[in-house]
Order: sequence, then structure tokens, then C-alpha cells
Amino acid sequence: MFYRETGQFKTTYQADQAVFPIRQDRIGIAIILLLAFAGVPLLASEFAISSFFIPVLVFSLAAIGLNLLTGYTGLLSLGTGAFMGVGAYGGYKLATWFPDVNILIPILASGFVSAAVGVVFGLPSLRIKGFYLAVATLAAQFFLSWCFVRIPWLVNYNISGAIEVPTRTLFGIPITGPNATATTRYLVTLSIVVLMTWLASNLVRGRIGRTWMAVRDMDLAAELIGIRLYRTKLLSFAVSSYFCGVAGAMMVFLWFGSSEADTFSINQSFFILFMVVIGGLGSLVGSFFGAIFILGTPIVLRALPGLFGLSIPAATVEHLTFMVLGALIIFFLIVEPHGLARLWQIGKQKLRVWPFPY
Amino acid sequence: MHVKHLALGAIVAAGFAATVMATKAEAQETIYVPLMTYRTGPFAGSGTPIANGMHDYLSMLNERDGGIGGVKLAIEECETGYDTKKGLECYEQVKGKHPVLTNPWSTGITLGLIPKASVDKIPILSMAYGLSASAVGNDFPWVFNPPATYWDGLSMIFRYIGGKEGGLDKLKGKTIGFIFFDGGYGREPIPLLEQYAKDYGFEVKLYPVPAAEMQNQSGLWLNVRRDRPAWMVMWGWGAMNPTAVKEAARINFPMDKFVSIWWGSGEDDARPAGAEAKGFTALNFSAVGANFPAIQDIVKTVVDKGKSQTPKEKVGESHYNKGVYNSVMIAESIRNAQKLTGKKIVTGEDVRRGLETMNITAARWKELGLPEFGSPLAVSCADHNGHQAAYVMQWDGAKWSKVSDWISPMKEKVTPLLDAAAADYVSKNQPWPKRTEPCDKAS
Amino acid sequence: MDMLYKIFLDPFVQMASAPDLLVQTLWEGLVSGVLYALIALGFVLIFKASGVFNFAQGIMVVFAALTLVGLHAMLRDWGVSSGTAAAYLALALTVAVMFGLAFTIERLVLRPLVNQPDIILFMATFGMTYFLIGLGELVFGGEPKLMIADDLHLPRGAIDVKMLGGFVSFQKIDIAAAAIASIMVAGLALFFQKTRIGRALRAVADSHKAALSVGISLEQIWVVVWFAAGIVALVTGIMWGARSNVSFALEVIALKALPVLILGGLTSIPGAIVGGLIIGIGEKLGEFYWGPLIGSGIESWLAYVIALLFLLFRPQGLFGERIIERI
Repeated sequence: MFYRETGQFKTTYQADQAVFPIRQDRIGIAIILLLAFAGVPLLASEFAISSFFIPVLVFSLAAIGLNLLTGYTGLLSLGTGAFMGVGAYGGYKLATWFPDVNILIPILASGFVSAAVGVVFGLPSLRIKGFYLAVATLAAQFFLSWCFVRIPWLVNYNISGAIEVPTRTLFGIPITGPNATATTRYLVTLSIVVLMTWLASNLVRGRIGRTWMAVRDMDLAAELIGIRLYRTKLLSFAVSSYFCGVAGAMMVFLWFGSSEADTFSINQSFFILFMVVIGGLGSLVGSFFGAIFILGTPIVLRALPGLFGLSIPAATVEHLTFMVLGALIIFFLIVEPHGLARLWQIGKQKLRVWPFPY
Repeated sequence: MHVKHLALGAIVAAGFAATVMATKAEAQETIYVPLMTYRTGPFAGSGTPIANGMHDYLSMLNERDGGIGGVKLAIEECETGYDTKKGLECYEQVKGKHPVLTNPWSTGITLGLIPKASVDKIPILSMAYGLSASAVGNDFPWVFNPPATYWDGLSMIFRYIGGKEGGLDKLKGKTIGFIFFDGGYGREPIPLLEQYAKDYGFEVKLYPVPAAEMQNQSGLWLNVRRDRPAWMVMWGWGAMNPTAVKEAARINFPMDKFVSIWWGSGEDDARPAGAEAKGFTALNFSAVGANFPAIQDIVKTVVDKGKSQTPKEKVGESHYNKGVYNSVMIAESIRNAQKLTGKKIVTGEDVRRGLETMNITAARWKELGLPEFGSPLAVSCADHNGHQAAYVMQWDGAKWSKVSDWISPMKEKVTPLLDAAAADYVSKNQPWPKRTEPCDKAS
Repeated sequence: MDMLYKIFLDPFVQMASAPDLLVQTLWEGLVSGVLYALIALGFVLIFKASGVFNFAQGIMVVFAALTLVGLHAMLRDWGVSSGTAAAYLALALTVAVMFGLAFTIERLVLRPLVNQPDIILFMATFGMTYFLIGLGELVFGGEPKLMIADDLHLPRGAIDVKMLGGFVSFQKIDIAAAAIASIMVAGLALFFQKTRIGRALRAVADSHKAALSVGISLEQIWVVVWFAAGIVALVTGIMWGARSNVSFALEVIALKALPVLILGGLTSIPGAIVGGLIIGIGEKLGEFYWGPLIGSGIESWLAYVIALLFLLFRPQGLFGERIIERI
């Protein structure tokens, strides 16, 4: 009823190809952005911001990065965690080399370091496909993890073997380090994520995105119609790693405040793959849904016994959380293998034809 | 399809709603002591007994004395799984409930919390782990890591080795192997080890065990067999320890020349190798066994009443007692804080002062019902560690027994390293806050 | 120059000068290789029959071993006086549990997900991993347990053989592991070559549709292969558990089966075995002779690099079916 495009005429190709061609969508996204930029900082508790909203944003960005590679180009990667690590350590090195430069620049530039590394580890993709490639990317994961521990230069020879984020300011307000409030860090994270999501959405619907999808659907056929496979695949690795790298840098600078090599372990990679698949392969909005689902579910499950006034030992809650999360993942895959993004689409379609069922 | 999708939507929406309404703490007339523990994950083997010990001692104070100074303790565990992300989440969760201190129980979490401590006014008690440099109280007024740092531990192990060899200079020309968890924790002692190697003219061989290979060490131990070190020193954790002990037995390494830091001193570290582990030694700073009045009180008032997750036969085990040691420090600092401020309900700021004036003498240990449980422990404003003595114990095939006196660390070697490390940390984290907290006289 | 010498000559000089250590290294590599091969075998069976890349194989190893040890402890508590009897009773019960697990997985996970893309099935096995971690810790507790090696009458101790100017120590448990693994592999190979179900499995592996059309029950085949994978997991769990202990950290060891798998080819049983041996021996040799050059502890990624090198020349693995692509 209220979600209907009747009467909205497009008179230019530009208007027809806009990211949000329907007016209601534009209003919707404006409301969501308003809520994210104003609603959350005003209404949410500090715990919710620092333990839910910031992680969701960071992981959404990483999931978008992996989605560009796996969902759009069809290359399965299990090395996301390591590429995030490259971004984190790269950002740290840049921030210590240029202490006077605005901290946002190292964070955004860290992605280029991880893009370069991503291209190197993407080289086998020219020859290896499918699960073989997935296992090959594990080589990147384990090798890079080893480097993070073994190369003290990466952590500026800190004896603790970890990196610590110093306080840096933007317009006189601290945005990193212990003095930055959760709200400031949230707003900075949100701005970067919104910017990069906008970038990604334009990338995937343009020429580059279309070549990626052609390669995903059948790389041999794509080659025959004149797409240069090696360039397309490596570009996908580079862009994907760029996103993951920035996410990794944000994770350390705007969320953790410090980091050990252990943070970027293989579990991190699996975690992000979960988000991409649960959210929906080949969908940017799905990446957000996936992150919200995977991060939100354990928090909710942990809070549930308290809400019902039950006192269950913390460890038992943790075990149950694992079980329920595992079962929910299987459940979602069974009812909707195309992910939460597909549910979202179905919902929109229903709204569009409402009150008719079809 | 329709109903299914609606149901799905409802689940997602409910999830959202519950997340935003994050649980708010209720203010009560209690002292809130959160315990970050890990009873799950690959390190659960070491984490569970420690969690039990910490929890049981504090519960015992509640049951026996009605808390501390007449105020009950609100004890709450938060499961970290030894995972930094979950640990930080735990911290954010408990922060709103005015905790008097935090026990991160993981080096990664500790490092993440150190810069936050002074901002949030919540002191960190990282018992013999975490950042060694945080022993320098003038740079880290909010962080405490008694009773000893890893560097102290290494120097005590060398005192012990020196005693067995008849002087450390007898090590000249020999080889010492160092097997360690390949991470910040295991790598920390290396600078001091290399300095010793220079001072006493022995060769160091490093055997790092990556986290993913904790139970797959046979390749490394072949290297040990080739290099024939005179002594092996271990800095391990979790499943790495029992595997290392077993592998050492497999290559017929003389077990009495295999010394572990205190985190390898659990019963579960030596037990899997059984009789083959006979002779394995480990450094420890708390006594083993349940023959202490206070621990008997735990059994009586907590374990026997079914208020604990500890099986009765595990009370008094090595790691369990370390948990108790940790809780004794918590209790003492709260008691000191109450004495210093005259308040009953103390805050994080008060407990920081309480920690800084902590002084557990031999007489005080006895008063606590734990005679000879640990060496006397004194912390000061400048020294947040104490550099207390530890002892070496040996596995006889079924249990640990003490085989050395209390060994004190070589402070003269450790202090310069600590000061340098603290200065390094501060310079790399500029602007680091200057200490403004005044120093209390010990009560 | 010095570096080149250390990389290309010194290791071989060492091998020649201490041949006993070389033999020992090869033996250690062989033993871990056999165990890797055993885990990889579980993967291959499932992949062949159902096209599922079963990530849960690792946790199945832990779960099977935990169930065995946990049931043993329970039986002892309930008054089974003889440790041996309890051990073998627990073993039988664990086999039953693994069958139940296979049945449940087929019923609740595989059947509803039939004909979904590979990655969806792959993710579903992640879901199973989480579920089994939670369940295992909830029922048996998270702390590491001792493998009941003595009650199962697994041999203890070592045989030291004097040879080549030194000695080589063969752990009895390793000999047993190698022997049992070989018997299992042979048995499984025989089972799938000679029996009716085995033939049906090979038919399913060739083409699901064709197999269905000649009246082969896919469901039955799936239960059988998941059960077989469960048994393989149990044996692996016992052997690896006896070498250190049974804890959740064992799960990561199973990841080592992945390079084995791609090296040998995802669909090949002989590939899993040969791949396991190459990875096992290559890893130990690399760690022992070349590891110290870059600070030791390189086993975590060496296996992947070895596999990757092979893959660059044969993208389908050593024994994998040739990938033919058509437009």
C-alpha cells in the first residue's frame, strides 16, 4: 500500500539506474541513517554501543569485503582474518611512522597494504578453483598469522608482542585510545562504513561488478566473451582485501584499542564467512544482516537467563549459546539458503503487492 | 511459507529488541566483584580449576563471615573462553555495575584493559601474568601484577638451576632449551634469557609451539633430541603443557632437568604422562594441598553445601590454589580499602589504594587460615608487583611435592628490564597519563 | 652464500652425519601422516558420497573421544568394577552414539538441504561444529581428560632399536596406531570395493541422479558414510588422545587434514593416504632440518605450502578426478 512505485516515472537512464530507484526506499534509507547517526548515540547504552553496534559495523565491513570475493566473484576464501590482520598491523605501522597525520588516513590507507598482500595470495586462484582454492587461502591464513607473531618489526619491537593504540584526536576530540568515548568511536566507524558501503554498492553494479558476476557464474564463458580472467580475479582479491584490511584496522583502532596476533586467527575467518553466507551471498545488505545475526544472537542468548530470573552458571550459558547458535545456523540454511537478504527481499515483495498474496 | 517467514521475522525482531535493552545493573548494598573466567575453549583445562578456586574462596567469605567488613560480595562470573573479543565484551558488560576491580585472566584482555583502567577508574589485578612492565607503579598506577613477573620467574628458575649445577657459571658451554607458547606470553622472557646466555656463556635454543600445534609437538622434540640441551625451560599453557611433558618422556629427556613456569604446574599438566612424568619440576608461588584451615572452611561452607562447581577431590589442587591466592589478594585489598576510607561499600578508586597498601606478612597468612600458603607479599606505590619468592616442586608420578626452599628472584637483573620496558611502553603510547594518584602509607 | 649453504647443503650433511635421527624423523612423519590420512579419509568418504565438504570432521574426532572417555567414567561410577570391561562397553556405546549422530545428521541436516549449493552444505557443517562443541562441553565438561589407554589395553612404552650409530625409538602406541590405521584403511577399501553398499556408494559418487534411478537409497548411503566417518573419527580420537590428552584443542589438529585432502584430491581414497604420508613426512623433515633456520615452529603453515606447490602443477590434486569444464 505504502510501498508501491506506481506513479514514479523515470525519464532518464540515470534515474532508472540509481541505487535506490524507488522513493520509499530512499525515505527508508534516510530513516535508517538518521537512526544510526542520531538515534543510536542518543538512545543506546554504552554497553550496547561498544559491544554490539561497533562490532557489527566492523564485521559488516569485513563481511562486505569477503562478499565481494565470494558472493560476487565466486572465489571462496578462508583467509579473511589474516587479511584483516594485515590491515591492522599495516595501519599501526603507518600510524607510528606518521604520528602527526590525521588518524583516519592510516586507517583508510592500511587497506592498500592488505590489498597488495591479497593480490599475492590471490595468485593461485588463477589455476585453482572451489574448495581447492579455499584450502589454498588457508595457507595465507596460517602463514600470515605466523608472521604476526614472528616479525617483531610489525609491533615496533614491543616486548608484549602486541600493538597498543595511542590516543589520537580529530578536531580536538579523541577518537582512538582509552579517552575516546564509545559514541565518538561509533560515529567514526559508522561514517567509514557508510562511505565504503556506498563505494561497494557502486562498484558492484558498474562494469567491474558485472565482470565479477560473469566470472562467478561461469569463468570459462566469461573468458570467451572477452573478460580477462586474471585481471578480474586479482582485482576482486585486491578490492576484497582492501575492505577487510580497513575493517581490521578499525577493529584495532576503534574497537579493541590493542591487539595480539591471536585476534586474527582462523576462527575470525570462519566467523566472517558465517556472516556472509547467513546474510546472503552476493548481497551487501545481507552482510549487515549476517553480522547483526551472528554477533547479536550470543548476546541475546547470554542475556536471556537473566531476563527470566534464572541463574545458570556462565559456562553452561556459553555451552548452550554454542549449541543454539549452531542449530540456528543450520535452521536458517534449511529454511532460506539464500540468506537473510532473501527474506528481506521477500518481505519487500509482499509489501509491494499487499493486500494481494501474489 | 508465509507463516514460516513471519516466524523468522519475529525471531529476528525479538533478537534486536533484546539486544538494545541491554541488561542494566541494579544497585545494591554489596561489593561487586566480577570474575572473568574461562571454563570453555582450548584452554579450559587450565582455566576451570582457577575459576573454581577464585569463586570458592570469595563464596566462603560470604558464607563464613558474611562478606568483608559486613558487606556481602556480589560475585559474578563472565565467561571469556580466553578470547580477547569476548573478554572485552565482558568488561563492557560489568563496567556499568561498578566493579571494584577486574581479573582479566588472559594476557590479551589485560593489554586491552590497561589503557582503560585509569580512565574508567577500575584497577586491574593480573596475578603473575599480563604486562610485566605494569609492575612499575609510577607509570601504571591502576595495574597490579603480584606476586612476581615472568622475568622474576625466569630468574628464580635460573637460581634453582644454578643450585643444582653448583653455580650458574657451570652452565658455560652448555645448551639450554626454551619451549614456549608462540605468542606474547611465551616470548616475554626471551630478552632476559638471552641476557643470561651472554652473562653465563651458555647457548639458548628456542622451541616455539604455535597455538594450532599445541598437541602436535613431536617435530619440535626431535630438535630437542638433536640439540641435547642440559636443561629445558617451559613457558606453556593449556593443552600445550601435558603434550610437552609426554613428548619429553618419549625422547627420554631427563625429567628432573625440565622446569616449567608456574602456569605449567597443574596436576593436569603432569598427570597424563603418569609415571613417565616422574621428576618433572615446576615453579609455583602458592602451596598445593587442602590442609589449610581456610581451605577446609571452603570445603565445609561451600563445596559440601553444593554451592560450588568444584568436585571435592579437586579442592586444593595446584591451579585451584592459585585461584584462591588471587581471591585472597582481592579480599585483602577490599579490606585495606575499607580500613583506609572508613567506608563499608568501597569503589574502584578505594580498592586501588587498598591494592597499593597490600601487605600480607607470614603472620597475616596465618591469620587468614593459610599458614605458609605463599611467601610474604608486599606491594608498594612504586612497585606494583612485589617480586616475591616462589618455590620449585616436583611431580612424583601422582602428586606434586615441594623440593626447594622459597627462592627469591634476582631483582638486580629484573628491575632494569622492567624500567626499560615501562619507559618503552609509555613512550610508544604518548600521550600517556602522568600519575596523579597520591600514595598511601601502608596500614 | 652462507644462507644458501644452510638451506641447500647443511640439512643433507646433517642427514648423512646422523642417520638415526633421519630415520626417527621419517618415522615420526609416517605416524602423523597416517593419522592425518585417517582424518582425511573421513572427509573423502563424505565428500564422495554426498558432496559435502565436512568441516565437522575435526570436532567429530574430539566428540567421539570425549564420549568414549565420558561414558567410561560414567560406567565406572555406576558400578562396573573392571576397568577393561567398562572400556570396551564404553567403546561399543560410543560406536552406537556415532551411529545415532550419523542418523540424526542425515535426518535433520542433509535431507532438508539436498541439492543445495556446495557452500551451503559446507556452512551447515560449521553449524554442526558449533553444536557439537556446545553439546560436548555441556555433557562432559570442557577440561581435558585422560585417554583410557590402559583400560583399552593400548600398549605403553617404547622399543629402542640400536641402529646406524645411534638409536631410534619406536613408541608402541605409534606402532599400534599405524597398524590399526592401515587395517582400517584396508578394511574400508575392501568394504567399498566388494560389498553391495560399497558398490552403491561408488554409484552415488558417480552420479546422484543415475544412482537414484536404479533404486539406490541415497539416505541409506549417507547414513553409512557418516557412520564410517564417525568410526574413523573415533579411532583418530583414541590414537591422538593417547599421545597427549582429550581436549577441545585437538580440533585444530583435524584442520591438518585439509592440505592432505587437496594434495591427494578431494575424491580419492588412495589420494588421502598418499597425501597424508607426503604431508606428515614433509612437515617433520621441514620442521627438523629447515625449521631452525627461520626460528622453528613452522609446522602450522608448512603443510599448506607443500600442498599449494603440488596444486600449482595439478589443480585437482594428485589423484583427483580431472576437472573438465564445458560451456
